[in-house]
Amino acid sequence: MAEAQNIPVGSTTAGSIAVAAESTVATRMSAPPSFDVADFPVPHGREEEWRFTPLERLRGLHDGTAVANGDGVKVEVQAPEGVTVETVGRDDARLGKAGTPVDRIAAQAYSAFEKASVVTVPKETVLTEPIRIAVHGEGGTAFGHQVIELGAFAEAVVVIDHTGDAVLAANVDYLLGDGAKLTVVSVQDWDEKAVHVAQHNALVGRDASFKSVVVTFGGDVVRLHPRVQYAGPGGEAELFGLYFTDQGQHQEHRLLVDHNVPHCKSNVVYKGALQGDDAHAVWIGDVLIEAKAEGTDTYEMNRNLVLTDGARVDSVPNLEIETGEIVGAGHASATGRFDDEQLFYLMARGIPEHEARRLVVRGFFAELVQQIGLPDIEERLIAKIEEELEAAVA
Amino acid sequence: MATLEIRDLHVTVEADNATKEILKGVDLTVKQGETHAIMGPNGSGKSTLAYSLAGHPKYTITGGTVTLDGEDVLEMSVDERARAGLFLAMQYPVEVPGVSVSNFLRTSATAIRGEAPKLRTWVKEVKEAMERLNIDPSFAERNVNEGFSGGEKKRHEILQLELLKPKVAVLDETDSGLDVDALRVVSEGVNRVRETGEVGTLLITHYTRILRYIKPDHVHVFSGGRIVESGGAELADKLEEEGYEAYTKGGASA
Repeated sequence: MAEAQNIPVGSTTAGSIAVAAESTVATRMSAPPSFDVADFPVPHGREEEWRFTPLERLRGLHDGTAVANGDGVKVEVQAPEGVTVETVGRDDARLGKAGTPVDRIAAQAYSAFEKASVVTVPKETVLTEPIRIAVHGEGGTAFGHQVIELGAFAEAVVVIDHTGDAVLAANVDYLLGDGAKLTVVSVQDWDEKAVHVAQHNALVGRDASFKSVVVTFGGDVVRLHPRVQYAGPGGEAELFGLYFTDQGQHQEHRLLVDHNVPHCKSNVVYKGALQGDDAHAVWIGDVLIEAKAEGTDTYEMNRNLVLTDGARVDSVPNLEIETGEIVGAGHASATGRFDDEQLFYLMARGIPEHEARRLVVRGFFAELVQQIGLPDIEERLIAKIEEELEAAVA
Repeated sequence: MATLEIRDLHVTVEADNATKEILKGVDLTVKQGETHAIMGPNGSGKSTLAYSLAGHPKYTITGGTVTLDGEDVLEMSVDERARAGLFLAMQYPVEVPGVSVSNFLRTSATAIRGEAPKLRTWVKEVKEAMERLNIDPSFAERNVNEGFSGGEKKRHEILQLELLKPKVAVLDETDSGLDVDALRVVSEGVNRVRETGEVGTLLITHYTRILRYIKPDHVHVFSGGRIVESGGAELADKLEEEGYEAYTKGGASA
C-alpha cells in the first residue's frame, strides 16, 4: 500500500520551521540602532539577527573587510516629468530620516556610502507613469543610499530593478507625506554570485498608504530588512513578498512593522517556493504594537512551498502586543511540500509532470501576484516564475 | 471492447533495506462493462495491485505483463496510463496545495480528452456531477483534498471518475472510512458510471458491505499476493459468513 504523505499546515518538511509567539523585537538585537558601524560588534553568527545568515558568504560586508571600488554598481533613475532626481552628499538633511540602521551591515552601508540618490515627488503630484530605478551590478563592491520622498497627497509607483553581479549593502528610505500613496516594487534579479544586503525604511505619514512588493529571484545571498513606522494615525502599509529560492541560494527577508501610533493598519504576505539542494529561505516577521497604538489592525502571513528535497525554510513570525485596545492582530506561517505523492496524484489524472509542477507553483503564487495591482509587473512576475520552473525541469 | 489483461504479474517493494515480493503472479482479465471485486485480508497485496497498475514509482515490476487493448501498460508513464484510459480512485487521496479543485479538474479533463472542454458545457457538466454526489459548490474553489473529510475525499475521487470516463477504473478501498450515507452516495456514483456499460471496474475492498450497493459480476479472493479463488457474487456471501480465515491459513503455509 502506498503511503500518502500529506504534510499538514505548519509542520516541518525537509527544512524546519520554528514559531516563536513571544519575543522582544528590540531586545534580541545585539546593539541599539545607530548610524555608526563602530556601535555594532562584528557578528559571529550566533546572534539572534544573524543566526540564519551564512556570514562566510557575505564577502566581508559584515566585518569591515569589504571595500567599495569605483564602479561597483550603476544606478540609473528614469522619472516622469515633475519628479526631482538628485545626487547628494552625506550631509543632506533628508538622509536617514525614515529610519536608523539596526544591524552592522546597514550601519556599514550608512558609514561608507559617498553619494546618495534622492528622488522627490512634490506634494499633490499624481504620477501616471512609474519611476524606474535600475541598479546594475558591474562586478564590484558598493555601499548605497537611496531616498524616495513623496510630498503630501502625492501618488507614485516606483520600480527598482537589481540586476548584474555585485556585492551591495544599502539603505533605502521611503518618506511618505500625509495622504501620500506609494507603491514600490523591488526586484532582486541578480546574477548567481551577487550578494545584496539592504534595510528598507518606510515612514508612513498621516492617512498615507505604503505598498511594498519585494521580489527575490537571483543572487547568492540576498538579505533584506523592510521596516515600517508610522508618522501619524490613519496610515496603511501592505508588504508583499515573493521569492523563488534555487539550489545553493540564501534568501532572507526580515520584516518589522512598528505600530508606534494609533489607528494604523498593516498587512504582510510573503510567499516563497524553493527547489534544489541547499536552497535556504528565511522569513522573519516582526510586528510590534506599542502601548499607545490603540486601534491597530494587523495581519502577517508567510507561506512556503518546498518543491524538492534538500531545501530548507526557517519561518519565524513574532507578534508583540502591548495594548489590548486593537481592532485585530494575527499571524500565520506554513511550509508545505510538493512531493512525489502529489506528483503521482496529478499524473494519475493524466497531467504530464512539468505541467503538474507548473500548476502547483502558479496556483501557489497567483493569489499574491493578483494583489500587486500593476498588470505589467504581474505579467512579468508570472513569466519569471515560469522561467524558474523551466530551468528546474530542464 | 476495452480489455485490461494482467498476466503473471510479479511486483516487489523496497522496505527496510530489503526487497520484498508483494505480488506473486496475478492473473486477471477485466472487460469493459464488467465489474470485478477483489477481496482479501489486510496485507494481501490488494492495494499494491492497484498502485502498480497506475504506475506508482514505489513498486517495481519484476515479471509478467499488463495490457490495455493490447497496449503495454507497464511501458507507459503514470500520466500516459491515465490518458490511455486507466483510472485509480485512491484510498488516500493526496492534498495538493495551491491547486483549486476547479483548476485541477479542468487541467485533468483537458489532458485526458486531448483538448480543453468548452467552458460553457464544462461548467455545467461539473456542476451537475457535483450535485449528484452532494458536493457543495464551494469545493470548486478549495485546494485539492486540502482540509477535506474522509468522505469528501472519496466523493471527490468519484467525481473525477464520472468526469474522466475511463475505460478501466480501479477503486482502491473507496468504501473504507465511509459511513452508510456516504457509502450510498459514492456507490450511486460508481453505479452511474457502470451503467454506461463503457467502463470495466476493479473494485478492491476489505469488506463485503459495499457489494450490497455495487453488484459485482465476478468476485476474486486475494491472498498472499495472488488470486486464490474466483467466483460469482455468491462468493462474497460466503466471505461474509466465513471471513478470510480459510485463505489466510492456506496462504501462510504456501
